[in-house]
Amino acid sequence: MSGKNPIGPLDYARRWPLRLWVGAVILFLYVPLASLVAFSFNDSRRTIRWEGFTLDWYGTLANDDALIAAFTNSLTIAFLSMIVSVVLGALTAIALWRFRFPGKGLFDGAVTLPIVVPEICMGVGMLVFFGQIMPWPRDLVWPFDLGAIVIAHITFSFPFVAVVVRARLASFNREMEEAARDLGASELRALWDVLVPHVRPALISGALLAFTLSLDDFVITFFTSGPNTVTFPVKIYSMVRFSVTPEVNAASTVLMGITIALTAIGMKLQGSAMTQSH
Amino acid sequence: MMSTWDRSKGSFLAVIAAPALWIVLFFVVPLSVIWAYSFGRTLGLTEVAVTGTLANYARVFDPVYLMIFGKSLVFAGLTTAVCLLVGFPYALAMTFASDRGKILLLLGIMLPFWTNLLVRTYALMAVMRTEGYINDVFGLVGLGPFEMLHTNFAVIVGLVYVHLPFIVLPLYSTLDRMDRSLIEASLDLGAGHITTMLKVVIPIAKPGILSAIMLTFIPALGSYLTPDLLGGPDSQMIASVIERQFKRANDWPFGAALSFMLMYLTLLAMGLRALYERRQSGARTAGEA
Repeated sequence: MSGKNPIGPLDYARRWPLRLWVGAVILFLYVPLASLVAFSFNDSRRTIRWEGFTLDWYGTLANDDALIAAFTNSLTIAFLSMIVSVVLGALTAIALWRFRFPGKGLFDGAVTLPIVVPEICMGVGMLVFFGQIMPWPRDLVWPFDLGAIVIAHITFSFPFVAVVVRARLASFNREMEEAARDLGASELRALWDVLVPHVRPALISGALLAFTLSLDDFVITFFTSGPNTVTFPVKIYSMVRFSVTPEVNAASTVLMGITIALTAIGMKLQGSAMTQSH
Repeated sequence: MMSTWDRSKGSFLAVIAAPALWIVLFFVVPLSVIWAYSFGRTLGLTEVAVTGTLANYARVFDPVYLMIFGKSLVFAGLTTAVCLLVGFPYALAMTFASDRGKILLLLGIMLPFWTNLLVRTYALMAVMRTEGYINDVFGLVGLGPFEMLHTNFAVIVGLVYVHLPFIVLPLYSTLDRMDRSLIEASLDLGAGHITTMLKVVIPIAKPGILSAIMLTFIPALGSYLTPDLLGGPDSQMIASVIERQFKRANDWPFGAALSFMLMYLTLLAMGLRALYERRQSGARTAGEA
């Protein structure tokens, strides 16, 4: 359908009331974000009026040791959480896809619950768990002091990975694995050589998802982090509570850029995997 | 397709041991402890004796906290209603757009969704504060400035801003599966577009709309960050009260009871949705038979 055709009865997307509506929604969604990014380049302490282009705030950012430390913490946590989440998520998906076992519904429910439980409930659960049940030593050397946060992040991330991998497993042809077994591969060997390559795209997009979820999390981290284990979002939160400054704008822009880039890569990988399998 | 676990015990255990152990130790145990604490009494600073008391749950029904629960439900309900009103036409436009238009509209709604929640909330703070851009615009025509930030209004705007994708995506997937000839038939038979929407599209899409409502309502109900940063002293939702019990007031048993009330509400909403879906699919198979 080219733009020159007359508008058909069902061409709702081309009718002006809907166009206006969609335009308004897009403005509502993007004006705040765009102005946030724009004012991170503004040459003024007061963030209201445009005074000229500057990269000073990014310079301030680069010299803010506490912020850099928080950023390093966040990336480390996200990386560790990603590795473990992919392994646990893949194992969960394979267990549910492959085996019939007593208590399967219970297991399925238990690994789905972290996706739906309100963040605040999980946050306080982690606070009490790492405060009372399994106290995480406070004076460990970096990065071991991040352990509690990493564990919390893995717990809410791997169920998401499991969902992604399960969706991919549904399209696996079991005969391929049986062929490998017939040709003499052991069960685990067949799993590794035949099944894993098939789910690789899901593993990659699951990994990126886990990384982004971890990097983005504020609420659960807020309840798990101590004074020496501040993450980037927690640090930004304390800055935001204090005041609206161009430095916070710059920090937010950096975080936004990273998340969007990672998600876009994940989507692209998943998209190309879909087209390959069809 | 599936094999029974005891036919290949070794590989079954190899696959399930780690995730099962993890979920029990780091999810079931922490939540069980919170659940147990909700029947307990504070002894010291962080010491709790689980006595089996129901006093904490009784305190939830104190008018002060009942009000906060009520307010949270109203905030989440209002958010969902506004999201539905704003999101439905957007989903409709997406459904009938060209392939390229679909992708653009999808990206349009997803890009903010991928952005950190904190960043999005902060962006709104900058726009809505008294020296913010909205008041600048009002100032040009000689109005204002209005106090918008730290009000209930700001909380609703913030919640809508954050939850819009939650409603648009399920709505789109429902509308996209709909049989378009039904709309054409309605239009051919002389109904206007609005009548067609109200009498044909919405009734057909009703299960999807309900599911979209739940998917928005549930996360909105448990919001912490948005009311915390955008709201004033009187716009607290349940999550803020829970946070206070655990971090400042140090009344863990009461905080635990509040957490579980929130959890029960969430599970109730999900249960209703599952029940409704089962009834729907039951009715569909009965209709096809």
